[in-house]
Amino acid sequence: MSIKEYRTASEVRGGLILVRDTPGVAFGDRVRISDGRGGTRDGQVIRASNEEVMILVFEGTDDLDLEAVWVRFLDEPVEIALSPEILGRELNGLGEPRDGRPPILSHIRRPVGGSAINPAARSYPREFIQTGISTIDGLNSLVRGQKLPIFSGSGLPHNRLAAQIVRQAKLKDEDSSFSIVFAAMGVSYADAKFFRDEFASSGVLRNVVMFVNLADDPPVERLTLPRTALTAAEYLAYDLDRHVLVVMTDMTYYAEALREVATAKGDVPARKGYPGYLYSDLAEIYERCGRIHERHGSITMMPVVSMPSDDITHPIPDLTGYITEGQIVLSRELQNQGIYPPVHISPSLSRLMKDGIGKDDTREDHPKVAAQLYALYARALETRNLASIIGADELSERDRRYLKFADDFDQRFVGQGESEDRSIEATLNLAWELMSAFPRDALIRLSETEIAKYYQGDSG
Amino acid sequence: MSEQQNKGFVREINGPIVTIDLPGIRSGEQVRIGELGLVGEVISLAGREAVVQTYESTDGVRPGEPAEGLGWPLSVELGPGLLGEIFDGIQRPLEKIALESGDYIRRGLALPGLDREKRWEFEPNPELAPGQSIGPGTVLGTVQETETIQHRILVPPDHQGELTELAPGGEYRVEDSIAHLRDAHGHSLHLTLFHRWPVRKPRPYRQRDDGISPLITGQRVIDSFFPQLKGGKGAVPGPFGAGKTVVQQQIARWSNADIVIYVGCGERGNELVDVLESFPQLEDPYTGRKLMEKTLLVANTSNMPVVAREASVYVGLTMAEYYRDMGYDVVMLADSTSRWAEALREVSGRLGQMPVEEGYPAYLASRLAAVYERAGRVETYNAGAGSVTLIGAVSPPGGDFSEPVTSHTKDIIETFWALSKELADARHYPSIDWVTSFSGHVHAAAEWWHKEVDRHWEGRRTEALALLARDAELSRIVNLVGPEALSDAQRWQLEGASLIKEGVLQQSALDEVDTFCSPQKQFALLDLALSTYDKGMTLIEIGVPVSHLQDLPQLAKARRCKSMYTSEQVARINDLAREIDEAFESIRLEYAKQHTDD
Ligand SMILES: Nc1ncnc2c1ncn2[C@@H]1O[C@H](COP(=O)(O)OP(=O)(O)O)[C@@H](O)[C@H]1O
Ligand SMILES: [Mg+2]
Repeated sequence: MSIKEYRTASEVRGGLILVRDTPGVAFGDRVRISDGRGGTRDGQVIRASNEEVMILVFEGTDDLDLEAVWVRFLDEPVEIALSPEILGRELNGLGEPRDGRPPILSHIRRPVGGSAINPAARSYPREFIQTGISTIDGLNSLVRGQKLPIFSGSGLPHNRLAAQIVRQAKLKDEDSSFSIVFAAMGVSYADAKFFRDEFASSGVLRNVVMFVNLADDPPVERLTLPRTALTAAEYLAYDLDRHVLVVMTDMTYYAEALREVATAKGDVPARKGYPGYLYSDLAEIYERCGRIHERHGSITMMPVVSMPSDDITHPIPDLTGYITEGQIVLSRELQNQGIYPPVHISPSLSRLMKDGIGKDDTREDHPKVAAQLYALYARALETRNLASIIGADELSERDRRYLKFADDFDQRFVGQGESEDRSIEATLNLAWELMSAFPRDALIRLSETEIAKYYQGDSG
Repeated sequence: MSEQQNKGFVREINGPIVTIDLPGIRSGEQVRIGELGLVGEVISLAGREAVVQTYESTDGVRPGEPAEGLGWPLSVELGPGLLGEIFDGIQRPLEKIALESGDYIRRGLALPGLDREKRWEFEPNPELAPGQSIGPGTVLGTVQETETIQHRILVPPDHQGELTELAPGGEYRVEDSIAHLRDAHGHSLHLTLFHRWPVRKPRPYRQRDDGISPLITGQRVIDSFFPQLKGGKGAVPGPFGAGKTVVQQQIARWSNADIVIYVGCGERGNELVDVLESFPQLEDPYTGRKLMEKTLLVANTSNMPVVAREASVYVGLTMAEYYRDMGYDVVMLADSTSRWAEALREVSGRLGQMPVEEGYPAYLASRLAAVYERAGRVETYNAGAGSVTLIGAVSPPGGDFSEPVTSHTKDIIETFWALSKELADARHYPSIDWVTSFSGHVHAAAEWWHKEVDRHWEGRRTEALALLARDAELSRIVNLVGPEALSDAQRWQLEGASLIKEGVLQQSALDEVDTFCSPQKQFALLDLALSTYDKGMTLIEIGVPVSHLQDLPQLAKARRCKSMYTSEQVARINDLAREIDEAFESIRLEYAKQHTDD
């Protein structure tokens, strides 16, 4: 079909336009809309029959005049142009410049929708990334090709933590750094500026491509933005052999935009007004991360998800947690105690840790140290809870030891400087120092050999 | 049906739901859509129009493109060559697709499930001769599919007649004819090493079989506390990160089933890769052969098309029933049935059907029940016994077990392993909650345990659960008034419960020694914890202070010994029990001496 232009828009509502009698339009194709006043908008076909076509307008449908609108079907999918020149650039959700520089010109164009990776083509991620942060490296290790989100809340330092990880992340014995794909959806100008300055001051800017849609930009564009960003990430990883770290913030605004459009389309809601397909939709994004057989490059993903009202059971963090390979959860309580980074280890998890740590990767005691610290901390939190009810004085000597451990752990293991880059050895040694406050027989998750080698306490 | 009738065209594309104009098409029929030939299935009919759910993305499809009916419902190919493979949700071989289309799955690929070129060594059944009457389940011969699994080539359920020819032993491809039969109408039919079966139709069997044999999984909290029987149906509900997938993978690794079918339904790609990469290395504890030789995978990961997700469960079940019909005990793991239910919901939503709860259609409960009903232990047509055990993970939104999928599932299954976020957060794995979990098979399993392992099994199990219940009660008191309020006996109860939790219930899948635990070792550990507790209590009763017992180094050993001794070293666990006995005895003597001195 050739490109056709129509003036038959019949209805406009909530980011959608309906066009009548435009036969043969392909599902998913790109659309250009002229508003009749010299402006254009972009759209995508989301329902197609010969009688009626439904179009999602990325810039929104605010003050579109039905009578004046021209719709042009471009007869191509939504694509972006890709070249090594994207590094150092700032683009929008459709891959168009936001930095006042010329558009990316390239014969390489890829549809942003992507397609599913064949599970048989994947290889299991196993390479330990040292982030220099004890709660992550020691207890929730990140590996190359993993998708590990930060679950946060308003006012919590997820941006600072993400920036610290970007600065410090490296393979243990390698110096090779990551190329960064940064995707901002619905964030404030200040947050975007924070990252831009951060990349500039750490000198990585020419290794970063930013895709930005701010809070006051059209929300519908947020639906393509992560897909566009990931298409760029795939290009960097698999065409240019880079190891790519994708930072996406904030997936909550993405999901809210999706809900807005779903409501306008009249889709049946599942929970809290979000459509039933939110899970598959998020999975299409998150699962683009990983390692593939015989490919040198990789995509590691760190999405930021803010939990509405700090509620981890809210559909967005909940569905995210069901898809991603773990989560790093920030806590307001730790934040209020002035602890940075306020990582609450109990609900945090790295599912891919098991194959990335231990003898050949970090240190042989790492797996059991992590298990033991978790067990001690769980009991210590129970004790802290008990102490808050009955008073610390009423505790037995055994319990008081746990109480002290909880405090030491929060202050010394969780808490660290924003530019403090701890090696994994330093993290594990610190763990042993803290665990050595307990008698050997309390450390049943550790083997006797490990205790003989690393235990520093004097008690029984 | 003439050529003409089988061709039509696309009217409307609404995501995976495509309306086509194709008179004469039947409900459930497979169709190919558009220039790309996307595969789909008719789910409803209205006059000339049919609504099709497509198993592949419809991006780029236009109204007016051709649509073609294939004349058969969604079916799978059943024959040698299934084991060791990974298929997509409609049985396309993913390894071959990777060779053909690279790292990403290309649309419209029509690759058959079974390899057409591979030759199999067929051994005809020596007891069969031409002239004999044969019917469903008759064993025509065998093929050694893998080192351990002998594939019986059966007459398919819908064939009956007189054998007119049986091929001699030799190498055959799956499409080669290996037998001829003449049916009641005098028609001659030829049978090959494989046949097709529609996935939504349960494969028939002679009758249900009431035999009892536990599915041993090597996981203590399952086998010793909430046992599953072969042919049973079970569910593993839990919030994300609680350990559903690990429970399922542990069962896939260590259960005493002959065949394992692992259906990754709407979950992570890397979890399937984990199985694909590890199973060829891991040894089956029962046969000593590699696990992959008895395993097959069906994968519709969360980023693959939603509609094929709904199909994947039926595809897996049909292959499970096929091996059951050969007389094997099959376990099928579906991770996760919630994603299957969500796929139903998505399609029903697009069809504009009335949602009843949380967007789910009214038929959710009945479909779910029908799926689980395909599990069971049966007497096959050839008088053998086979079983399909079905274990589904359930992923309740927000971890709320009152949501529709979890609550309907709970009404259907017999074994419910409820995972707890609190336990998982404390890294108590498997996080199967001993209060809310249940098994309807305890009595039945007891028979086996008493005969094969120890006649005190059921008693010990009950004692352990009672102690854990007591522990919960005492912990509540402590949280109100502090530990000082407890008597020494009560504190020893807490200690006993902690021994059970740490020494018995907790079992790390990552611990090389403890990842699998034989029934004998399971009982030895349970008995060790309880007898330690019992002995200690007799000391407390005569006045020994609890602090004398709590710090005994042997208690730490009792907690660790699950990882110190393998299933072959059960005697060492009994040695430790004796050592603890002696330690207690010397405390008793010491104490008695002090008291006579006073
Ligand atoms: N039995 C177990 N032993 C050791 N670790 C476990 C066990 N069960 C769960 N885990 C840990 O919990 C993580 C999440 O488990 P998983 O089964 O993937 O959860 P779910 O499927 O419920 O989201 C695993 O990656 C692993 O680290
Ligand atoms: Mg899982």
